[in-house]
Amino acid sequence: MANVAVPSGKTAPIRIPVREIVPWAVFAAVLGLALLYFVGAEQGATSIISGSTVHEFVHDGRHLLGFPCH
Amino acid sequence: MMRSLLIRGMLVGLAAAALAYVVAWFLGEPQVALAISFEEAKAAAAGEAHDHEVFSRTVQETLGLITALVVYGVAFGGLFSIVFAFAHGRIGDFRPRTTAALVALVGFAVIYVVPFLKYPPNPPAVGSEDTIGSRTTLYVTMILLSLLTTAVALYAGRRLAPRLGGWNATLAAVGVFAVIIGITYVVMPEVNEVPGDFSATVLWRFRLASLAIQLTVWGTLGLLFGGLTDRALGRRTAGVPTAVGV
Repeated sequence: MANVAVPSGKTAPIRIPVREIVPWAVFAAVLGLALLYFVGAEQGATSIISGSTVHEFVHDGRHLLGFPCH
Repeated sequence: MMRSLLIRGMLVGLAAAALAYVVAWFLGEPQVALAISFEEAKAAAAGEAHDHEVFSRTVQETLGLITALVVYGVAFGGLFSIVFAFAHGRIGDFRPRTTAALVALVGFAVIYVVPFLKYPPNPPAVGSEDTIGSRTTLYVTMILLSLLTTAVALYAGRRLAPRLGGWNATLAAVGVFAVIIGITYVVMPEVNEVPGDFSATVLWRFRLASLAIQLTVWGTLGLLFGGLTDRALGRRTAGVPTAVGV
């Protein structure tokens, strides 16, 4: 919020500066993709944790959200 | 600003997951149950031993499903808020709720519907254990190609906007997207592992349920996040006369 536009009579949408978004975007992307990996693919196509506990636990969600499950 | 948007996105994702669970419970789970009984009947006929269960069906259809939906909802809620932040004020002079609805519509189409049409989701009992690797790779590749095509279409749209105007440039961008995706559909390999004796009705209803669940998630993200952000940003400019009808 380095440059806050002086409010005028017009309601032009606020533009969030890219510099302000980027760090949050990196954070959300890393966290989001890791979470999606565990719901969508862990112990299916690839395995970080051995066994099938994660796969079996999110089983129904994986099917219903559209991921290939088994 | 960004911090509150991200938190709002993740909380709205939680709400989206709650609504999606209701849809999944009424539309999805009955079809999953039918598919599993088909699977078990087949295994019994073949004289195979019953699989050792890690979790009971009750756990899978309650805690397991809720966890999957919550994780999915929160992850996409966060990512949604980021894309909203980039899009707002840059794709046109829209109110926050309009931007949010547009971002959700595009997200739903690009991340779910486009891959869905090529590689539709399958219930249990469909799909061979041996091909899970290649099927997952194809599905993820389809999502990535869809995202890449969106970037190309967006770029084309922006380049054409000064010449064609916003509306026609948007139509042209959608056209570019449709042509590239059409080619992708033809080029990408076919996957069909539905057993010949599997109920077509169960398959159809399962896929519709999946579509309904995703529509609920993206619909909630777009409309609830949009509504809340509209109110929050409206308060920031409170006191400034709104340009109604201009």
